[in-house]
Amino acid sequence: MIGRHRHLIGLEDLSREEILLVLALATSMKEVLRRPLKKVPTLRGKAVVNLFFEASTRTRTSFETAAKILSADAVNWTASSSSVSKGETLLDTARNIEAMRPDLLVIRHPAGGAPRFIADRVGCSVVSAGDGAHEHPSQGLLDMYTLAEHFTRNSGGAKDGAPDFATLSGRTVTIVGDVTHSRVARSNLHGLLKLGARVRVCGPPTMIPPGIEALGASVYYHLRPAVEGADAVMMLRIQHERIGDPLLPGTREYSKIWGLNEKKVNEWLSPSCAILHPGPINRGVELSPEVADGPRSVILEQVENGVAVRMAILYLLAGAAPAEPAEGAARA
Amino acid sequence: MREQVVMNAEAIERHLKRMAREVLERARGGDLAIVGIRRGGVHLAKRLRFDLAQASGKEVPLGTLDIALYRDDLSERPNAPVVGPTDIQFSVTGKTIVLVDDVLYTGRTVRAALDELVDFGRPRRVLLVVLVDRGGRELPIAPDVVGAQLEVPEPEQVEVRLVEEGAGVDEVIVRTRGQA
Repeated sequence: MIGRHRHLIGLEDLSREEILLVLALATSMKEVLRRPLKKVPTLRGKAVVNLFFEASTRTRTSFETAAKILSADAVNWTASSSSVSKGETLLDTARNIEAMRPDLLVIRHPAGGAPRFIADRVGCSVVSAGDGAHEHPSQGLLDMYTLAEHFTRNSGGAKDGAPDFATLSGRTVTIVGDVTHSRVARSNLHGLLKLGARVRVCGPPTMIPPGIEALGASVYYHLRPAVEGADAVMMLRIQHERIGDPLLPGTREYSKIWGLNEKKVNEWLSPSCAILHPGPINRGVELSPEVADGPRSVILEQVENGVAVRMAILYLLAGAAPAEPAEGAARA
Repeated sequence: MREQVVMNAEAIERHLKRMAREVLERARGGDLAIVGIRRGGVHLAKRLRFDLAQASGKEVPLGTLDIALYRDDLSERPNAPVVGPTDIQFSVTGKTIVLVDDVLYTGRTVRAALDELVDFGRPRRVLLVVLVDRGGRELPIAPDVVGAQLEVPEPEQVEVRLVEEGAGVDEVIVRTRGQA
C-alpha cells in the first residue's frame, strides 16, 4: 500500500505525504542498488508481470531490474509478440495474465486510462508504467528524486547523503517540449506542485494544452524567459511521429527555437541549473550532444534513481499481506 | 500500564564498560568492526565503540544495519514496514563483527541481521552483543556478551531509552499492562 492506495496509476491521486513515503524509501533502496551484492530477499515468491502494450526498453528494464534486486520473479509480456496481434481485447489479456496469479501488474499502454481500467477489474495491484498522454508516475517520482538530490547537493548537503525533499519547495522547474502529449510532463506537474515547487511549461503554442494554467503551471511560449532563473530544466522528447505533423514542421526548426545548445545554456541558465531528460534523447533536436553529456546533465542519475524509485514502489505494493479482496472493487 | 526501571543510567554505563572488556577478550585480537542493528542498537553501538576505544586505544569502524528488507513476516503484515538506512562503508570480509542490539527476544531480528550481514561479505566471526536478554527465543540464537539477563514474560515489554533518542535519562524499563 502506498498510503491508502493499492495501485499506482498517477501522481494526481497521491497526497504529498504519500509521494514523500515513496521518495524517502527510494533512498534506502538506492543503498541496496549500490551494494556489491545487490540482492535482498524481500519479495521472494512474488511474481511481477510487466505487461507492455507499447515499446519501451528503459522503463521495462528498470522495473525488471527493480523486481529482481528485491528477489521477485519478473515476467515480461510484450504486445507485439502476443495474442493482442491476434485480436484479443485488453480485458481478456489482463484476465488471462491474472489467472497466472501475479502479485503485481506493471502496465504500459498507448491509451490513457488503460491501467485504471485494468486495476478496477483485477485482484492484484497495478502500477502504471505510462498510459497514453495521461501519466507516467514512476518517471515523475524519479525526476523529483533526482531534482531533490541535485538541490540538496547544491545547498551544501552531503554528496552521497540522503536527498532532502524539502529542497523542492520554492524551486522553479521548467518543462520544455510537447507538453500536450507528454505523460511525463503531467506526472511531474502534479508531483512537483504537491511538493511546493513552481512549474513553468514551455513549447510551441500547438503543444501546450489549453487550460494548463488551471493546474498551477505558468505558460511560456519563448524558451529564454522560461529557462532564465529556473533551478532545473526538463527537456521532453519530441516524438518522431509528430514531426511533419501540422503541430511541428521539422526537427531543424524545433531545435533552433526550442532545443538547448551550449551557447543558450551558458547565456541563459543560472550556474546551478540542472538539465533533465526522460530519454531516449534525440541528440541534436531537444539537446545538443555537448549539453546532454555536459556537467549540468543529470540524465544518467535519473536512470539510476529510476531503479531505486521502482524498487520502493514494488516493495510498498507487494511487500506486505495482499490487500483484502473486498477492497479490490473500490477505487484506490 | 505500569513501568518499572530495571536499569538506570549508571548501571547502563557500567554494563557497557564491562561488555567492552568482554568483547576484547572474546575477539582475541581479531580485526574488529561494530555494527548496530536499527534502531535500538545504533546508539548502543556508538557507545560501545567509545568504550572499546577507551579500553584498547583503538578506534574501530562502525556501521548500521536496517533489517526491514530481510524480515520473515512481510507477507503477514498489513503494511510494508518502513526501511531505514543501512550504512556499511567498510569490508566485512575477514573481520570480527560485533553485532549490537538493545534487547534480544525472539531472535528473529538477529536472524535477519545475520542474513543481511553476510550479503556484505564473509566475516571471520560474528559476536552478538545485547544490553538485555529477556528470554523468549523462537530461534536457536544465543548472545556472546550480555548486559543483563532478565526473564520477562510475553505480554510485558522491555524498552531501552537513551538520551540520544530523545529520552530524558538513560534507562531500561519493563512495561506491564495494567489492570485498569
